[in-house]
Amino acid sequence: MQVKVFVTPRKGILDPQGRAVEHSLKSLGFKDVSDVKIGKYIVLDVAAGSAADARAQAQKMCERLLANPLIEDFTFEVEGE
Amino acid sequence: MKWGVVRFPGSLDDNDALWALGEVMGQEAAMLWHKDTSLQGAQCVLLPGGFSYGDYLRCGAIARFSPIMESVAKFAADGGLVIGTCNGFQVLCEAHLLPGALTRNRSLSFVCDRVHVRVENAQTPFTCTMRQGDVLKLPIKHGEGLYVAPESELRQMEERGQVILRYVDAAGRDDDAANPNGSMHAIAGVANDRFNVFGLMPHPEHAVEPMLGGDDGLKIFRSIVESVK
Repeated sequence: MQVKVFVTPRKGILDPQGRAVEHSLKSLGFKDVSDVKIGKYIVLDVAAGSAADARAQAQKMCERLLANPLIEDFTFEVEGE
Repeated sequence: MKWGVVRFPGSLDDNDALWALGEVMGQEAAMLWHKDTSLQGAQCVLLPGGFSYGDYLRCGAIARFSPIMESVAKFAADGGLVIGTCNGFQVLCEAHLLPGALTRNRSLSFVCDRVHVRVENAQTPFTCTMRQGDVLKLPIKHGEGLYVAPESELRQMEERGQVILRYVDAAGRDDDAANPNGSMHAIAGVANDRFNVFGLMPHPEHAVEPMLGGDDGLKIFRSIVESVK
């Protein structure tokens, strides 16, 4: 079962990459852009009996390794949900 | 005194640390392989700089789960002395042996320079041969050294004296221009609340011989030696 994990810098945490890209977008004329954040997109397959099981496993993976809750937020999508 | 220097795949400064401790200071220093679990009787464990596990995912995030780190965590829980420089600092934060995290430099650039840091607390095993307010000149070389922690936690750390080193100008004054990576509170080095685990972005092991630009790093290692006497 495929899980797509999105990790982004937490609100309030300085994201110099996001800021640089936002600045660049604005200089290209995209004046309405704000709050640009650059994060990670992780795709993985997990052998799970149900979407709920996959979701529970993904939650643990994010908490233990894939994200650092001090500086990052995470969300994920489970295939078929 | 017996030292253990951990070698992760991707460690860079492990040999320099062994040189500093063994050749320069005449200490008994052994390399500890990341897959081993024995600390070989070390009285202080040093986690060196580098790019452990390629810095994949986040700096230090994967090294944290290596077998040796389980032993290091137990050792630290028993009050053993642990020091992490640069990537070692990042590993200690990821392992929750130190508060906070290290993220991408404010400038987005890798910084390789010499900086000045002020000793903010000289009552620790890592600074006991120095005085509060002393200024050390140490090299840095990192892309992700911006120290971050929740403001409430930073306040507590400041109150408890856990901020050990702070980036300052050459005269020891606070100056945002002297903060090479944008660290909150200009933090260069912190200890845990028991003061037996210490992490810093500068490299004391690269500052142990005057011929190579200074030997202020020795003050940190000598403090550790003094503290176990």
